Amino acid sequence: MSAPDAIRALKARWSGATDRATLDHPALNVPAADLPAVLRSLKEEHGFDMLVDVSGVDWAEGAVPRFTVVYHVMSTSAHDYVRIAADCPDAAAPEVPTVTGLWPGADWHEREAFDMFGIRFKGHPDLRRILMWDGYPHFPLRKDFPLSGVPTELPDAEVVAETRTGAIAAPMAGGPFVASPGEINMTEAEPRAKDESWTERRPKPGA
Amino acid sequence: MAVEHVIPDTAAKNALGEFETEKMSISMGPSHPSTHGVLRLQLELDGEVVTKADPVIGYLHRGDEKIAENMTYNQFVPYTDRLDYLAPLANNMAYAIAVERLAKLEVPPRCQAIRVITAEMARISSHMMGLGAFGIDVGAWTVFLYSFTEREKLYKLFEELTGARFTTSYTRIGGVARDVPPGWTDRVLAFCDQFLPQLEETLSLLTRNRIFTDRTSGVGVISKEDAIAYGLTGPNLRGSGVALDLRKDRPYSGYEQYDFDIPVGSTGDSYDRYLVRGEEMRQSVRIIRQAIARFPEGKWYAEEAKRIIAPPKDKVLTSMEELIQNFMIVTEGPQMPAGEVYFEAENPKGALGFYIVSKGGGVPWRMKIRSPSFCNLSILPKVCVGAMVSDVVAILGSFDFVMGECDR
Amino acid sequence: MVSANTELTYNSKIEGEVIVSRADAVINWIRSNSMWPMPMGLACCAIELMAVAASRFDIARFGAEVMRFSPKQSDVMIVSGTVTYKMSAAVRRIYDQMADPKWVIAMGACASTGGMYRSYAVLQGVDRILPVDVYVSGCPPRPEALLDALIRLQEKVKREPSAGKLLSA
Repeated sequence: MSAPDAIRALKARWSGATDRATLDHPALNVPAADLPAVLRSLKEEHGFDMLVDVSGVDWAEGAVPRFTVVYHVMSTSAHDYVRIAADCPDAAAPEVPTVTGLWPGADWHEREAFDMFGIRFKGHPDLRRILMWDGYPHFPLRKDFPLSGVPTELPDAEVVAETRTGAIAAPMAGGPFVASPGEINMTEAEPRAKDESWTERRPKPGA
Repeated sequence: MAVEHVIPDTAAKNALGEFETEKMSISMGPSHPSTHGVLRLQLELDGEVVTKADPVIGYLHRGDEKIAENMTYNQFVPYTDRLDYLAPLANNMAYAIAVERLAKLEVPPRCQAIRVITAEMARISSHMMGLGAFGIDVGAWTVFLYSFTEREKLYKLFEELTGARFTTSYTRIGGVARDVPPGWTDRVLAFCDQFLPQLEETLSLLTRNRIFTDRTSGVGVISKEDAIAYGLTGPNLRGSGVALDLRKDRPYSGYEQYDFDIPVGSTGDSYDRYLVRGEEMRQSVRIIRQAIARFPEGKWYAEEAKRIIAPPKDKVLTSMEELIQNFMIVTEGPQMPAGEVYFEAENPKGALGFYIVSKGGGVPWRMKIRSPSFCNLSILPKVCVGAMVSDVVAILGSFDFVMGECDR
Repeated sequence: MVSANTELTYNSKIEGEVIVSRADAVINWIRSNSMWPMPMGLACCAIELMAVAASRFDIARFGAEVMRFSPKQSDVMIVSGTVTYKMSAAVRRIYDQMADPKWVIAMGACASTGGMYRSYAVLQGVDRILPVDVYVSGCPPRPEALLDALIRLQEKVKREPSAGKLLSA
């Protein structure tokens, strides 16, 4: 079945599913609770058998909803894609159900979303960090976490004792100089120093 | 191959009559000659047989996705080179097309042809590297030297076109950085002519080699269902019998005009994946020849996309309008509309995808890089169980993954 | 260039089969011409390192024939590629396992200073955890640049007062 037909069928069956604005593939917003059922229907009834990607999105502190998990599924027979997005109901403890029961490949994708955003996946067999080391205390892709990072202790105690170094805030010399995302007005979009961290030799004046 | 454990009669046996053993946990990597980069495999072994395999990745996690939120679209191009650093031109193309989908921008035919030629050359380069590394893993040093000789010839061509041997940063949003130099396409054809016999010679070192076939046949068998369930793409998926190739099934950048075949394996073992890669190189040569034969004239960038692509330097330095246009694009970035896109391209390692969330302006809000090696490696815990330690090495070699892409 | 540590002359007609020289010169000559690299190949620079080991830019001509992945059998660690914080402990441990005398070449921008990855996960220069002898710039450096680095390291080694260190340690 093609992607637009599948979308129509899903919207008819789940009242909470609404159209999502998209520039290419058909997309749906579904409530987090309905997520496994919707994806199961897509996989088993509509032939979207491959889970291509699971990504988290952080809409910035204060946005409601703050975190969204976006799934891309593909049909290996019709070669069509569908995008399903589920908002995490709670911004302080974001959580959605897991889909590892449908696709074992979702295991690593969900671990990555947890590692980068702190989004928990209910029912995941082994939810631990995958890209950062196990004891890392922060969630790097959140909008309130700076690109340069936050000074953190490294996990290996012997090496730390030997080298007396740790994870530092990378010296940005005034911060990434970049236009703000979301601004298409030329004046507003002027590149500004984000001022994330100064170099080590010269700390930020006034700090 | 069935493995027989011969238990001596005098050894201590437990109540079931089995020889008492203890499982051994070893950590293979992250610095290990056969892990193709910094992959750590925590293996639990019962003798030589693997009972549990837990890959630990993230040793090359450099924060690309966070960096993308702080860079304009063109500033991010060098980071895409370093994702799959064996085929940078292919990554450049996948990224450029993804962002162009955001802007709904079509590039001129000449630009598309250049991108296809460079992507196929990158495919040859990547598969040759994979072949060489696979050869070293199973003990064949000569294959590595032969394949690197061919890659050096490719590097020479890349350097002439882009200025760098690899990590080329060649594409821009809306076009490519510069046109092909005069005579370059002839040199590429000359390379193709001498490459095919060299390829046959290199492959002949392994294809009917008794040691190689013993080490790879029946090793690391992945069924069709498993391959799809774990999201495998590229030669790994096709080696398991699924005929899915994005160049044929969802053509982009003009691939629909070219005539080529998709090799598909039958058993899904490491030998099949090796054969699929070898055949893909021959098909790449076919595509390059066709693309050069009908190489269109015209511009190598989308001239009419005034807020997206910078004009050529000679116009920038002499004309006011182009100067302003260049200034805007360099400081604020190519201006994209708000919205979301997902595009994946058939890279040598698999399907490299970019999910871009834009709120408008020249900087993305979120860029998720869907990495083929990440998905390919997720099947390791399943495939390695029951294999012997040396088989694990052959399986890793046949997967041809690269950690730069996997960890981003 | 002849100095106290590099003086090494030999003429078989005069001296026969016996060479007389300074201990420093002999030790440094031996060490510099058989530097076995330990390739800490982490990312893209590792591909250029492999290209240096392949037939076009043969590093074996300079004595670095054997790319030993075992730290106990190598002399120089070539850190090629981005060192992340997660990987830094492993790099330091492997350096500690190398036997003296040992040297380090930081190959590429990422190993020298963190390169273009100014982010939360990348060690801003491998010299934060290891003593580096030669830095090679480039992203990735051309194989010729790495060969140049090896030659500079050989020259550095030739100037060391090695006999004194060996006998006093």
